[in-house]
Amino acid sequence: MIIFNEVSKRYTNNYQALQGVNFHLKRGELAFLTGHSGAGKTTLLRLIALIERNVGGQILINGQNLNRLSNQHIPYLRRRIGVTFQDHRLLFDRTVFDNVALPLVVVGYGHKEIRRRVRAALDKVGLLNKEKSYPITLSGGQQQRVGIARAVVNKPPILLADEPTGNLDPALAKEIMNLFLQFNQVGVTVLIASHALGLIKSMGHRTLILQQGHLVGDTYPIK
Amino acid sequence: MKRSQKSSQGSAWLSYQLYILLSSLGNIVRTPLPSLMMVGVIGIALALPTGLYLLLENVQYISRDWGGAAQISLFLRHDLGENEIEDLADRLYQHPDISNVRLITPADALKEYQTFSGDALQTLSENPLPTVLVIQPASSDNAINQILLEKLQELAEVEVAQFDMLWAKRLFAMLEIVQRGTLILAILLSLAVLLIVGNTIRLAVQSRRKEIEINKLVGATDAFIRQPFLYTGFWYGLLGGTIAWLLITISLWSLQGPVKKLTALYYSKFELITLGMLPSATLLLVGILLGLIGAWISVNRHLRDIQPS
Repeated sequence: MIIFNEVSKRYTNNYQALQGVNFHLKRGELAFLTGHSGAGKTTLLRLIALIERNVGGQILINGQNLNRLSNQHIPYLRRRIGVTFQDHRLLFDRTVFDNVALPLVVVGYGHKEIRRRVRAALDKVGLLNKEKSYPITLSGGQQQRVGIARAVVNKPPILLADEPTGNLDPALAKEIMNLFLQFNQVGVTVLIASHALGLIKSMGHRTLILQQGHLVGDTYPIK
Repeated sequence: MKRSQKSSQGSAWLSYQLYILLSSLGNIVRTPLPSLMMVGVIGIALALPTGLYLLLENVQYISRDWGGAAQISLFLRHDLGENEIEDLADRLYQHPDISNVRLITPADALKEYQTFSGDALQTLSENPLPTVLVIQPASSDNAINQILLEKLQELAEVEVAQFDMLWAKRLFAMLEIVQRGTLILAILLSLAVLLIVGNTIRLAVQSRRKEIEINKLVGATDAFIRQPFLYTGFWYGLLGGTIAWLLITISLWSLQGPVKKLTALYYSKFELITLGMLPSATLLLVGILLGLIGAWISVNRHLRDIQPS
């Protein structure tokens, strides 16, 4: 589903963020991406969603070579990839419902369909009772869950999460991780960037380890 | 099944268009004072050339008959005999472009002058005035008459041929200049409207930067993001055009009284030409088009700079 082949990324200020990264994430797989901050975790996720473009190597998403994807086609790629962000990226002048509905509005769904799907997504993250609230009134964990609901509302085959448990206490963090496991169980390919090593270990899944832009580890849990 | 899904998508599209049409109007109404100033400036910029256009229409309407009355005076050479003059008059009378020929002999002319200027000409020993043929052209078309004038000028018997109402010709020439000036002014002010709308849309794009970024992140196309701004441009254009129409209508209404007074003095039944249906529709349409184009250019320019980070 996600194939990295000798992928490099260098920023214009000559900072080498990624260097020769290779991995293959199969359809329906869940993997963690870990490493110290600055190791290139966020950059790797951004390359998949084409927020940045890689400068070397190839990235294939569902068989599509991103190097050959023109800028006009980026929106259609992003519709098939749900992304959650460390800073949530919610619109604070809109209700929770409107925030979650955004990916559906962008595609052009009708009111009824939007209502049905947004409710289903909010139900899944346990925030159905907050649909009329504004994000500012929610806790950090709840905001993260609104972001997750927005990422999955369009039922994308791929889900990317950047530090989803950033500032959450361990119990809440575990809850959030379990949410991603649930999406993975229904067939979604999930890649989670996180530096919460202890939590990752306890989840028991494939883990990619980045160090200064190099992929230095690709470990599977011992069954 | 598939068809019903498609039609429901179509109606979703339509209701979404309606939604952003109204919500973009809502955004304009929500900040009444800046919006009013903005729309007012557009209105004045559109009203100026429209007002000049109306002025020209009115002047042209008033002077329409003067152009038709333009006669040509042929001042004949002194050494022509009476027969030659009669001959020439007959020949000209047959000309298809000429409807009438009137002969003014030097004696007639002298008499006419004397009634105006008293005895000044009495002191002259002989009559200095030439024989004049006054030609009434058949056509009221200035261009045709100009050609006729040039033809008459070339006749051997003719010393000088000139339009009787040169000042009318001058007026028409001046009107042409004003017309051209109005066109230039209209183009310049249209550019100004484009800049005004473009700048306002630029500010709107920047103030919604975060929203645009997030929309892009969840898969919005540029066309999708552009839409609300285009509708905003549409409203600015339409509202600006409406204000221009109101300004013109109010101005005409306030001019009506004095114009009536003046035309009464000329025993004329002249009525001011007001903005008719077609010019009104054109004014609104031009306003809308300028709003849309201004918004389009501005959004395209600034959307490229906004990429999610």
